[in-house]
Amino acid sequence: MAHSGPMTDWRKAKLPVFAFLAPATILYTLFMIYPLIDSIRLSFYSAPSGGDLAFVGFDNYRTILSDPDWASTFWNSFWNNMKFFAVHMLVQNPIGIALAAVLSLPRLKFRNTYRTLIFMPTMLSVVIVGFIWQLILSPVWGVGADILDIVGLKSLFGPWLGKEGSALITLAFISVWQWVGIPMMLIYAALLAIPEDLVDAAIVDGASHFEVFWHIKMPLILPTVAMVSILTFVGNFNAFDLVYTVKGALAGPNFSSDIMGTLFYRTFFGYQLQLGSPTLGATVASLMFMIILAGVLFYLFVVQRRMSRYQL
Amino acid sequence: MSNKLLAKGLAGALAASVALVPLMAQAGDLVIESWRNDDIDIWNDKIIPAFNEQYPDIHVSFKPTTPTEYNAALNAKLSGGTAGDLVACRPFDASLELYKQGNLASLNDLPGMDNFSDVAKSAWQTDDGSTTFCVPMASVIHGFIYNKEAFEEVGVEVPKTTEEFFQVLDKIKEDGTYIPMAMGTADQWEAATMGFQNIGPNHWKGEEGRKALIDGSQKFTDKPYVDTFTELARWKDYLPDGFEAISYPDAQNLFSLGRAAIYPAGSWDISLFNKQADFKFSAFPPPAPAGSDTCYISDHTDIGMGLNAHSKNAKDAKVFLEWMTGPAFAELYSNALPGFFSLSNAKVDIKDPVAQEFVSWRQKCKSTIRNSYQILSRGTPNLENDLWNISAQVINGTLTPEQGAQKAEDGLAKWYAPHQK
Repeated sequence: MAHSGPMTDWRKAKLPVFAFLAPATILYTLFMIYPLIDSIRLSFYSAPSGGDLAFVGFDNYRTILSDPDWASTFWNSFWNNMKFFAVHMLVQNPIGIALAAVLSLPRLKFRNTYRTLIFMPTMLSVVIVGFIWQLILSPVWGVGADILDIVGLKSLFGPWLGKEGSALITLAFISVWQWVGIPMMLIYAALLAIPEDLVDAAIVDGASHFEVFWHIKMPLILPTVAMVSILTFVGNFNAFDLVYTVKGALAGPNFSSDIMGTLFYRTFFGYQLQLGSPTLGATVASLMFMIILAGVLFYLFVVQRRMSRYQL
Repeated sequence: MSNKLLAKGLAGALAASVALVPLMAQAGDLVIESWRNDDIDIWNDKIIPAFNEQYPDIHVSFKPTTPTEYNAALNAKLSGGTAGDLVACRPFDASLELYKQGNLASLNDLPGMDNFSDVAKSAWQTDDGSTTFCVPMASVIHGFIYNKEAFEEVGVEVPKTTEEFFQVLDKIKEDGTYIPMAMGTADQWEAATMGFQNIGPNHWKGEEGRKALIDGSQKFTDKPYVDTFTELARWKDYLPDGFEAISYPDAQNLFSLGRAAIYPAGSWDISLFNKQADFKFSAFPPPAPAGSDTCYISDHTDIGMGLNAHSKNAKDAKVFLEWMTGPAFAELYSNALPGFFSLSNAKVDIKDPVAQEFVSWRQKCKSTIRNSYQILSRGTPNLENDLWNISAQVINGTLTPEQGAQKAEDGLAKWYAPHQK
């Protein structure tokens, strides 16, 4: 064409834009959005034994949130999940930030070795991690007691995975041990993106390494920290595998390690003599979805909007 | 042009995958679903070859799942249409529900079903007894397996009464060489199955108490059940350190490595100990409380085999099931898997000495089954799962026996009419 203005460019571009978006959109709709909506649809139905699905409105939600047994189980798993998340936020992410800060020190030797070692557990299967830690902490064969003995603290050792008070926290620490590499890597990458002249200027002005980190680097990596937090939130509220591997679907003792994922599994698939109920299971899944959605929306509309970003 | 090439490529890939499908599921390829993953060698090396001697054209493969995942996995596979042709049946309600959902076929017209007594079939029948949907395979008996050499070393005899039992445990504990009793509560089910259901029948008088619970004339808060929990709570002092975090395989290993003297057992543990323990061991029935003249044992109809109603190989599957009703299978199964006692009427000669000991209790004691299996686990909360949690907590000491009994009764009364009066 002789005179191609911006208008025609856009029209020309339109087709390729859709063509490029189509594969992802179609796949995502087919395998993520459709199943999600269908699962929510299922939560409004009920299937009596041997009978057909029947529409029951909000009955399933009423059962789970108001029936004393279901409600206590549901809220127990919810609060356990909050504790699980709190341990990750208070332990995993600060350690991740600290490790990233140390790794980005200019004169650190064996940097790549440390980075690889710390990241390694992330690549292991949760089943293996659960099994290894069960062995380490086993009161019969575990090396946990022996290691504490070396530093004279053997009296502190206990069957932590089997006690109501400590099972969940222990599991959370195992999970922290495994996943701490992720926040470390993300924050390390963000730290590397900070221009060196900013740091140099601060040092010339007489700032210590700690001051540089706290006043210069920290504000610049805050958006990454926020992103890590929301990833932690979503990951924790979808967690299931570690608890299931170590404690089974009954998440004992006395449901003290029950989180929403294990509750969902028990409800949907059943356990031992308890038969599964796909419709009630879908209800639990929908409630989990709403909790995660609420958390993500809070992040998007409250946290992210207030965060100041700096152009580097 | 490139589109055409792509289309051709896709069509080729599709054709290839379609061509692969028949390779994966040939006609006459029977798949057995089971929770007995420990038995995989026995099925592959003994049972299936024995079947193939008679029926060489039917290929059978045994595809087990781990016990705790079995029911969930099977339900999911059945509703997704990917389950095997033959499915191992849990007794009573779990399988009854599968039959009601149309996932198990009726086996009323299967020749050979009259080789089983009504009691044996009752675990896999509709409530009115009109339809049987699984071939009864085996029952398991609870008791205590003990390390004979440890008993000699410490100088104790097999206990006959509950008090003697605790005296023996005390002596072993004083001696200090052995852990008195190998069990943990981490997996919860041993506390209920090898604990509560093992020693309980002596308190609630077997079938008498089990039926009284079903018709509502007895409650969990009654003496027999509180007594059972009280006895169970006393176990705590004799279990290994940190038993709260000891799992079922841990306990098995503690016993088979010779570190523990007594192991609360299901008879199915025999074959593992035969393989792993290098000391002599035997078994004794749950000791009865002083003054009782009859002993009761848990002789639980544990496993059957049913036909997936949607099986594409139903004809071959029925051939296999019919073979399973015969005396040859009964003999083979009971001896290949010592501790699983065939439910067939055929006379079976058991060769394993420990299994012989277990089965000999049938003559002197009265048999019953686990009280949570028939009817009482139909509602929510599920009684069997509740008993796991409660029994583990009673042993851990986080619930008193009275609180435990109350909790079991409350759960049952929530949905079961005879307990709501």
